[in-house]
Amino acid sequence: MSTRPDSFYDVMRRQGISRRSFLKYCSLTASSLALGPQFVGNIVHAMETKPRTPVLWLHGLECTCCSESFIRSAHPLAKDVVLSMLSLDYDDTLMAAAGFQAEEVMEETMRKYKGRYILAVEGNPPLNEDGMYCIVGGKPFVEKLRYAAKDCAAVIAWGSCASWGCVQAAKPNPTQATPVHKVILDKPVIKVPGCPPIAEVMTAVITYMLTFDKLPDLDSQGRPKMFYGQRIHDKCYRRPHFDAGQFVEQWDDEAARKGYCLYKMGCKGPTTYNACSTVKWNDGVSFPIQSGHGCIGCSEEAFWDKGSFYDRVTELNVFGVEANADKMGLVTAGAVGVGIAAHAAVSINKHKNTETHKKDSL
Amino acid sequence: MSSPAMTQEPVYVYEKPVRLWHWVNALALVVLAVTGYLIGNPPVVTGGEASDHYLFGYIRFIHFSAGYVLAIGLIGRAYWALVGNRYSRQLFMPEVYRLTYWKGVWHEILWYLFLVSEPRKHVGHNPLADLAIFLFFVLGSLFMIVTGFALYGQGLGEGSWADRLFGWVIPLLGGSQSAHSWHHLGMWYLVIFMMVHIYIAIREQYVSRQSMVSTMIDGWRTWKDDRP
Repeated sequence: MSTRPDSFYDVMRRQGISRRSFLKYCSLTASSLALGPQFVGNIVHAMETKPRTPVLWLHGLECTCCSESFIRSAHPLAKDVVLSMLSLDYDDTLMAAAGFQAEEVMEETMRKYKGRYILAVEGNPPLNEDGMYCIVGGKPFVEKLRYAAKDCAAVIAWGSCASWGCVQAAKPNPTQATPVHKVILDKPVIKVPGCPPIAEVMTAVITYMLTFDKLPDLDSQGRPKMFYGQRIHDKCYRRPHFDAGQFVEQWDDEAARKGYCLYKMGCKGPTTYNACSTVKWNDGVSFPIQSGHGCIGCSEEAFWDKGSFYDRVTELNVFGVEANADKMGLVTAGAVGVGIAAHAAVSINKHKNTETHKKDSL
Repeated sequence: MSSPAMTQEPVYVYEKPVRLWHWVNALALVVLAVTGYLIGNPPVVTGGEASDHYLFGYIRFIHFSAGYVLAIGLIGRAYWALVGNRYSRQLFMPEVYRLTYWKGVWHEILWYLFLVSEPRKHVGHNPLADLAIFLFFVLGSLFMIVTGFALYGQGLGEGSWADRLFGWVIPLLGGSQSAHSWHHLGMWYLVIFMMVHIYIAIREQYVSRQSMVSTMIDGWRTWKDDRP
């Protein structure tokens, strides 16, 4: 018996996964990461030789939709890999242990893999009332989060809750729910937004970090470029209808049946960065626009506070006025127009008077 | 410059590049406002295959082209402020640090409220016009250029010149959807400016003591009377 720590491959073989399936998984992962075929070898090698990096998975204020999405990862192996990778080291929703036993596991992993484990955070900490709105294991979640982040290598912010705040941070945000990157300031935070994020995106991000021992390339917002580099709109299969000017105007009109662009129905595809239109959901079956409903922009910051999901020109709150830009603009322009007309009338009147006055005096 | 005119002779105020810029810019703004409104509230073509039509593509193309005209025009106009005559600088620099300037603003307000019987003569902009043009047009169109190219950069993609130069604006405004809304509101800001601007220019052509609209056509400020 060798004493080296288990690699992913060891763990997978022990779970009864054939080498053939393992290689398939590596190829799929390479292509979903947009890597060339020559990288398949790298992934295989890393999976076979590297000691597995434990992932601690914490849950704050959240709805568990990220976990639900995650365990439905399309490649059947991905979930096995990741579950063994997490090895239920610590994930209070999925692990078998509970209570003090569970907390002990977390302590042990933190000690054993100090500075090397990845901290995955689903949900966010509420800061109001000293964090009392979310208590896990008898302590405010924010304390647990800070404690676990102290010795981690990097933090993955799963989903819109951890990345932006999501629904619990929507106005007026009574619990002061705060995204992870505003609480953990001294560690790299990778945002994987979405409500939930796509399963394959989640597994690919973790696999990338394990394979290459580095963070994926991030955009200016801290999201992995490979999945959040383009908008839904840029790769939408209904895009030709957008450019043509063929839009759905009613949910039950002919255009809706023909699958025209949902822009006028408030589709947020043009303002949303995510991979839904390429990776899709549920083993590539579909995604919201394909099902006939516009994108609601769930991976964008504060998407709950951006007005209706069903308007293109959405409501704004300016100086306490809640209206969309066209309404505000039309009302103001109308008022100015009336003002101009009145001013013009007085001017003409006055001008005439002075003209006659001048003539009289001549 | 914003102080009342001291001469009774015609003055050459708006040089050729300034006049050309003014009218090209005016056209660009109208095109931008119309196409911009249509981008928020698109017209619909029905029937046929998507490949038979490109209506929305054309609308967006015209909008982006006119946006370039506005931006490059403003850069050219800023350059002319450096090399042109003394009146060419007025657009960018209202003399807000002078007390007489503010007195002039007040006088103009009284004039537009019909509370003084005779307007003052001004070779360049009057002080109130100067302030309004700066606040509404200069700042307004700068805002539109910055937000516009930031949104344009989203289409060009990450790392494009527009994204590098202006991409930072989008998170600042609270994301792409909010940036669209603010850009849309900015359109109305400029539309309101244009309404008032055109009205005042035509009005002053008739009731003031100097040339107005015609000055932006031939460049000369002429006077209707000999009094100072």
